[in-house]
Amino acid sequence: MYGRRSGFLTFMLAAGMAFIYVPMILLVIYSFNYSKIVPVWGGWSLRWYETLFKSEAVWNAVALSLKIAVINATFATILGTLAGLAMVRFGKFKGRTLFGGMLVAPLVMPEVITGLSLLVLFISLKQLFGWPQDRGFTTITIAHITFSLAYVAVIIQSRLSGMGETLEEAALDLGAKPFRVLTDITMPRLAPGMVAGWLLAFTLSLDDLVIASFVTGPGANTLPILIFSRIRLGLRPDINALATIIILVVAIGVAIAAYIMFRQERQQQRDMQIVDREIP
Amino acid sequence: MTGEQTLSDTPWLEQGAEPFIKIRGVTKKFGEFTAVDNIDLDIYQGELFCLLGGSGCGKSTLLRMLSGFETPTSGSITIDGMDMSNVPPYERPTNMMFQSYALFPHMTVEKNVAFGLKQDKIPVAEINDRVHDILTLVELQDYKKRKPQQLSGGQKQRVALARALVKQPKLLLLDEPLAALDKKLREQTQFELMNIQEKVGITFVVVTHDQEEAMTLSTRIAVMNDGEFMQLGTPTEIYEFPESRFVADFIGSANMLEGRIVEDGPDHVRVKTDLGEVFIDHGQSVKEGSRVWIAIRPEKMHLSKEPPLKPGPNQAFGMVDDIGYLGDISIYKIRLENNQIIDVTAPNQIRPKSRTHTITWEEKVYLHWQASSAVLLTK
Ligand SMILES: Nc1ncnc2c1ncn2[C@@H]1O[C@H](COP(=O)(O)OP(=O)(O)O)[C@@H](O)[C@H]1O
Ligand SMILES: [Mg+2]
Repeated sequence: MYGRRSGFLTFMLAAGMAFIYVPMILLVIYSFNYSKIVPVWGGWSLRWYETLFKSEAVWNAVALSLKIAVINATFATILGTLAGLAMVRFGKFKGRTLFGGMLVAPLVMPEVITGLSLLVLFISLKQLFGWPQDRGFTTITIAHITFSLAYVAVIIQSRLSGMGETLEEAALDLGAKPFRVLTDITMPRLAPGMVAGWLLAFTLSLDDLVIASFVTGPGANTLPILIFSRIRLGLRPDINALATIIILVVAIGVAIAAYIMFRQERQQQRDMQIVDREIP
Repeated sequence: MTGEQTLSDTPWLEQGAEPFIKIRGVTKKFGEFTAVDNIDLDIYQGELFCLLGGSGCGKSTLLRMLSGFETPTSGSITIDGMDMSNVPPYERPTNMMFQSYALFPHMTVEKNVAFGLKQDKIPVAEINDRVHDILTLVELQDYKKRKPQQLSGGQKQRVALARALVKQPKLLLLDEPLAALDKKLREQTQFELMNIQEKVGITFVVVTHDQEEAMTLSTRIAVMNDGEFMQLGTPTEIYEFPESRFVADFIGSANMLEGRIVEDGPDHVRVKTDLGEVFIDHGQSVKEGSRVWIAIRPEKMHLSKEPPLKPGPNQAFGMVDDIGYLGDISIYKIRLENNQIIDVTAPNQIRPKSRTHTITWEEKVYLHWQASSAVLLTK
């Protein structure tokens, strides 16, 4: 009985894994295909990687995407943390519920709406103040910050409400002024949440196609925009090569994150052991 | 510390002594709910004062008003002659030891203890000296590089104490300081806490729900219930002369008899109860005929198999219903004629040869107590 069930489970697991990974594996294999027509196998080759590395447009897109992602993640983390703090730690202030609702709205808002409304905003701003001159790097970054900060705020908010206020009270009691409490007690304890928020904002920005397409202008192509626009003209082997590299980078990132988590866990276990050993 | 004047052991009895903490008409409401209800209290320099009461009676709330985390809805608090109304927690001459210790998990023991001193901009060399001294006092020198997660419960407790003491506050507030420790360690730590308090000479206010702990530690105890003080006094006063049924029952255990006053003399009272007459050898002005209660502690009752020589007051008889053997003492549950169960405890001074008591189940026994043992309660 259990044997049968576990056989079934194994099958389901394999099927699920296949569902996720077979397309990716295909993509990787075809990126090494010599043939110019994707589904036709023409033997192994690195030719498309070469094309890719020689393409200035691709490098520009990568640079633009990374620049936007880093700036976005940094600003979103700062602003999102402040918003989260305001929500949890400043007690009841006027309009708190409204603020809370508005803060998480971008999470559920369809991307096309966010993108469209931001585009409208930028166009009206230009009308009124003549800024932003042209759409591209600045407008995409601003657009990304507006929705990433909501995600960061939610992460920080949940961490804060899980932490309780006793440590902050203890610090106040020991004579620390409120600002010192924020920098010496609250912030260090929020650091893991802020790192998580930064990484999430970074990935969200790298990922985004829809909003960026709305608010970008001529000449400013992020990596997703570039890939999508090229794929529209038909499958291309050099894009497969680009995708393979992205998969590799993501895999390395995940491995590093897993390793850090593993180390933290081991450290905790060691702490417990020290205590256990000493208590008879 | 006040070096010149020697502190009396019982400053609250001293004529004209100035209280160190003055709590006047303090009430705290959370919305409609009254957590602390119109409390007046004086605490004197050098006391180890206990707030004792069940869970949710408002002890912590009162303590948090002393430390500044809660603001009284009405009333005033003065500490060392200074009105605390507009003083934030970080400017009060108090330090608090939190119920869950509240150690900073991202700092070592040393950094935790030094944190408070750093806020006062004290020179580094002096900080190091004071941290060293206090860690020596609580015997944690060898653990100063550890993080709180790497400490046992008892060690955490001592770090929390050291961190609060190192600032040499005028007043140390302790919220259930020993609740997280196991029984053995708790008893041992009670005495450590008393020794440390004597050494540093700081006034302590301790919150606890454990009556034994309160009895062991304190100079005086305030018994709280529903945000009000039920009684205030030394451990002996509270135990031997409870003023109400609540206190008699809450502190230790007490047998309660209901009755009516038949005679109220200047130096004695006679009360008629279901079990016959009770004679109490201290006067108390109560109207004759009014309804009262008599509380008698289990250890103040004597058991015997022989009937008393001559009948009189302060006697009863019944049947042994149950016996609990606790090692040092045994508890006898005696069923009286009116089916009331009376607890009597007796020390096991002689080791029984066989595993039987001299008095056993279903045996008829006689109870008596001294005229000074019973307490008359009117509420
Ligand atoms: N911040 C608060 N908001 C609302 N109710 C509270 C708050 N703090 C305490 N209370 C209530 O006040 C009562 C007394 O609490 P507390 O002083 O913590 O009791 P304890 O005697 O167990 O320490 C409890 O019923 C508690 O629920
Ligand atoms: Mg409490």
